[in-house]
Amino acid sequence: MIQMNIGGAQVQVTRKKRTESPLFQKVLGLGLALLLVILVTGIIIALSGKSPLVAGQCMIRGAFGTKNSVAETLIKSVPLLLSALGLTICYRTGLTSVGSEGQIIIGGLMATIVGVKLAALPSIALIPLGMIVGAIGGGLWASIAGLLKAKLGVSEVINTIMLNYVATYLVGYLVDGPLQEAAGFYPQSDMLGQNAWLPTILSGTRMHIGVIIAAVSVVLVWFLLWKLPLGYQMRAAGSNPIAARTNGINVAKNMVLAMFLSGAFAGLAGSIEIMGLHHRLMNGFSSSYGFDSMAVALLGGLHPVGVTIAALFFGALRTGANTMQRTLQVPVSLVNVIQGLVILFVLTQALLSRFTIRVIQRYAGKKEEDHHA
Amino acid sequence: MGEKLLEMRHVTKRFGKLIANRNVDLDLERGEVHALLGENGAGKTTLMNCLYGIYAPEEGEILLNGEPLKLSGPKDAIAHNIGMVHQHFMLVPPLTVLQNIVLGQECKITPMDLSKARTKVEDLCERYHLQLDLDEKVADLSVGAQQRVELIKALYRGADILILDEPTAVLTPPEVEGLFDILHQFVAQGKSIIIISHKLWEVKRISDRVTVLRSGEAVSTVFTKDVEQEDLAAMMVGKRVTLEYDKAPVTSQKDILELKDVSAKSGQNASSLKNVSLHIREGEVLGVAGVDGNGQLELSEVIMGLRPIQSGSVRYRGEDITQVSTRRRIESGFAHIPEERMTQGLVMNFTLSENMILNCYDKPPFTVHHLFDSKKMKANGEKLVEDYDVRPRTPEALARSLSGGNQQKVIIAREFSQDPQLVVAVQPTRGLDIGASDFVHQKLLGQKAKGAGVLLISADLDEVLAVSDRVIVINEGEIMGEFVPGEIDYAEIGLMMGGTRRTVKKEGELA
Amino acid sequence: MLDIITGFLEATLRMACPIMLASLGALFTARSGIINFAMEGIMITGAFFGVYGSYLTGSPWLGALLGMAGGLAASLILGIMSITVKVDQVVAGTGVNVLFLGLTSYFCTVLYPNGQPSSVNAFQSVVVPGLSSIPVIGVFFRQNLLTYITFLLVPVIWYLLNKTTFGLCLRSVGEQPHAADSLGIHVDRMRYIAIILAGLLGGLGGAALSLGQVSCFIENMTSGRGYVAWSAVTVGKYSPIGIMGASILFGGAEAVQLRLQAMGIEIPQQFFQMLPYVLTMVVLAGVVGRTVGPKAIGKPFVKGER
Repeated sequence: MIQMNIGGAQVQVTRKKRTESPLFQKVLGLGLALLLVILVTGIIIALSGKSPLVAGQCMIRGAFGTKNSVAETLIKSVPLLLSALGLTICYRTGLTSVGSEGQIIIGGLMATIVGVKLAALPSIALIPLGMIVGAIGGGLWASIAGLLKAKLGVSEVINTIMLNYVATYLVGYLVDGPLQEAAGFYPQSDMLGQNAWLPTILSGTRMHIGVIIAAVSVVLVWFLLWKLPLGYQMRAAGSNPIAARTNGINVAKNMVLAMFLSGAFAGLAGSIEIMGLHHRLMNGFSSSYGFDSMAVALLGGLHPVGVTIAALFFGALRTGANTMQRTLQVPVSLVNVIQGLVILFVLTQALLSRFTIRVIQRYAGKKEEDHHA
Repeated sequence: MGEKLLEMRHVTKRFGKLIANRNVDLDLERGEVHALLGENGAGKTTLMNCLYGIYAPEEGEILLNGEPLKLSGPKDAIAHNIGMVHQHFMLVPPLTVLQNIVLGQECKITPMDLSKARTKVEDLCERYHLQLDLDEKVADLSVGAQQRVELIKALYRGADILILDEPTAVLTPPEVEGLFDILHQFVAQGKSIIIISHKLWEVKRISDRVTVLRSGEAVSTVFTKDVEQEDLAAMMVGKRVTLEYDKAPVTSQKDILELKDVSAKSGQNASSLKNVSLHIREGEVLGVAGVDGNGQLELSEVIMGLRPIQSGSVRYRGEDITQVSTRRRIESGFAHIPEERMTQGLVMNFTLSENMILNCYDKPPFTVHHLFDSKKMKANGEKLVEDYDVRPRTPEALARSLSGGNQQKVIIAREFSQDPQLVVAVQPTRGLDIGASDFVHQKLLGQKAKGAGVLLISADLDEVLAVSDRVIVINEGEIMGEFVPGEIDYAEIGLMMGGTRRTVKKEGELA
Repeated sequence: MLDIITGFLEATLRMACPIMLASLGALFTARSGIINFAMEGIMITGAFFGVYGSYLTGSPWLGALLGMAGGLAASLILGIMSITVKVDQVVAGTGVNVLFLGLTSYFCTVLYPNGQPSSVNAFQSVVVPGLSSIPVIGVFFRQNLLTYITFLLVPVIWYLLNKTTFGLCLRSVGEQPHAADSLGIHVDRMRYIAIILAGLLGGLGGAALSLGQVSCFIENMTSGRGYVAWSAVTVGKYSPIGIMGASILFGGAEAVQLRLQAMGIEIPQQFFQMLPYVLTMVVLAGVVGRTVGPKAIGKPFVKGER
């Protein structure tokens, strides 16, 4: 606000500053959080006696150095992006799901059953069927926690975590029993029929059509949240369930639906992993994409566009970390450390941006005073 | 009396740009009851929070017995024998009365010995004729008894100066009398009392002197016996206000809403509804008077379909809607101004535009062919902030950034822009200043003029009497009686609010 | 048959001990009004540093101390995030878990340059002469010292919460922080004390897992026990005695898995491995709604704001 004296009359002019825009504050906060994550990670690497700069170099080279590494980065971003999109819906509806991992596993399991048992179907039918069944499987799995929350008020956090373990052991049992490969040697399923394999879209790499499906999903989630009344309803129920209820919105129904949708996206991610890369079910195929996707969703500011950028960042991190381990012997578990730091620092984003803006303003104010003097 | 015990000099308290108290002087004499009178938001509670060490004033000083007093927290205030009973009781419900009284005195891992404390508390109870079961859980006590626990708590800590913030707001008339008796005993034993109030009759009844606060400034301090209620009102508001509105008489005989023998379970710390019957006609404002927590909230929730009922029926324009969902009720013309603006009324992280369609986001023009149209939403927001004079006039501002009065305007804009048939307004002016309250009243009467039925639930009796065509009084979930404003006097209404059923039926009441 | 029961009881007690310790720690945070989803991260840190301490010093007790210090560090991060920065406690707790899951694996490679030894000095059973030879209940008298300490902590913590002014203050902070504040109780300080106790006990619980059961550290060896411990707080209705019962129940579920597997029963092992997690879900569904937690749980305290 600026006070001016024009012709003896006090006039107040409000000039909208950039620092007051919510988008600017959010981007600033997220950027600062990311900077701090990189800083702390660097310190941790340095403490183990390695050069953080060289490590960083290795990472970037590993993630983007060649056509193949770019393809790998994109492939790794796909499951991250899909399940983070699911979590975006979920968190926006006020539910803290930690269950993407289990939902990915169930999605992969469902796609395997379709791909193995219905291998005779043509690709054009088999691939969509595998994805749909995978998504429905993941969605129903997540709905267990959603229903328990909506009907009984049991914390969805605990139940989604418990369901992760149950899913892991369920697949562990299946690949060791009813679904085990005909050879009966390893704890893994038979290969999916060739017709269930996702076609690649970049020759000489493993890049498959899952990348396109993920890109379409970004638009779908954006459309759901801001172009459908359902999205408005979910956001209202998530921001203030009491006000939503007072205005006639069925909060419980929204909770179950949001859980289902988030599970469906994770299930889709699982089916794409199986049909696009592994082509068979085995223990640990989900390689904690589900847990990473929490960090992705938060770093992405729960917005489809931000989530896309964050997913690419984490995809690159995973690809790069492998190279880093090979060249520098820095353990891959560093990626977990980075995720944890991302979650924690992103939580402080509001504080970070407020603090920085205050510092900037103080500096700017001082400069202005100097100018006047 | 006559000896100056405490002085606040030139106290100024700011919250950011907002000045809550400006240059306030206040003095308290030993053995007096000093009332602090002012409207909601005049800065009474803030001033007393400064005296109790909760806030630190930016300017000014506090003198106790002529010595400057530095307070860095309530603990310091307690150490200087200042005690405060807050409007919202500071009690821990799962603990017993005795545990609540001793709480915070020490924090050690040695065995807790309450026998000494028990004797001391029992002595205090005896001296001031207070009845309390020390081993009962506070959660099980009535509101009046909880207030006695608060009083004992302050005395136990050696309070000589007692600050009471709106102590009668939650009490029934007989309980108010009981409280006044207790306060008289305190004064007789040499204690000094500051009582915060916005009720004129109460100030007149209990206080020796009164300081009037207006917009954070002390307007004047006078001897209560020298002034009349009208003078106090003028000082408090700054101009003469008459709470009188022109109301068209109710002509229609058609009932919009009818409740028959409705019973429903209560929420926490409130009464359940017992066989409530009422009806509202087209173009009629039905007021519901009563002390807070006597089933008003439950009544509004039953009407809105937010609370299941155990027996009885709800009819809307003759049709049984007992089992109809909240959503369907809103669609068929119900509007709801809920008691809690911030939790029930608004989504604080949503913009004003978004909040203004919370009850109709999936209806045209906002949703057409299953698609949500945010441009229409924004246009609607722009129009409504203009029509309802919401400040700031920025529909993209977040609801949390608005003042209480403007938040209420957003809710009213949303509800009334849908042309309701029935308005359920619960405490619609709580916490608002006179200007904003008047705005709300005008809008309610505007709906009446359009032929809508209005249910006005309020603990502010003056409001109910000024706006309603007909009033019912509720106590412990039961209707105590019905009257037309002006028909009976305050004393009779007070009796009903306290739980005495009205026996005399006037002619035409059952028409 | 007697042997089976004895073996089962023995395994139950051993399995219940880490959960009980962590759960008792989480009880302090719950009672002070903090949701402690970070218990998983606290336990894994305790498990890692317990083994590392024993590896460095040769003493499992010094190891346990280092484990407690590690748990404390993890817990303090949750404390700072939820008490001082005032962010969503559930997400903060998850962040702590992911971070320390990663850090412990990372340390595992970095701190043991020549690889982790296959076993370190662990807790030994203390046999009470005479009592331990009673059939069946004798198992209660040939546990390791930490198990005895754990069971001893139950009445101690009960006393602390219910019979001391410290307990009174702590509970009031979790129920009505504004009331507590108005009486001069430092809300944030009490909550930090709870966080410290949770870190120490959770870290010890982790050490009980690594040093009391397998005598080495395995990546992600807590595998959800921290979450189970937090659930035990709710299932145990926020009381130490209830928590003891809940921990024995969950410990029993783990023991069933071990014993039946050993007995060669024809049910696939994975179903037994699922049992503790399924049991947690079932019991929570049955208990929640009938238990009333501390009123202010999960809500950061802001002075003057109700």
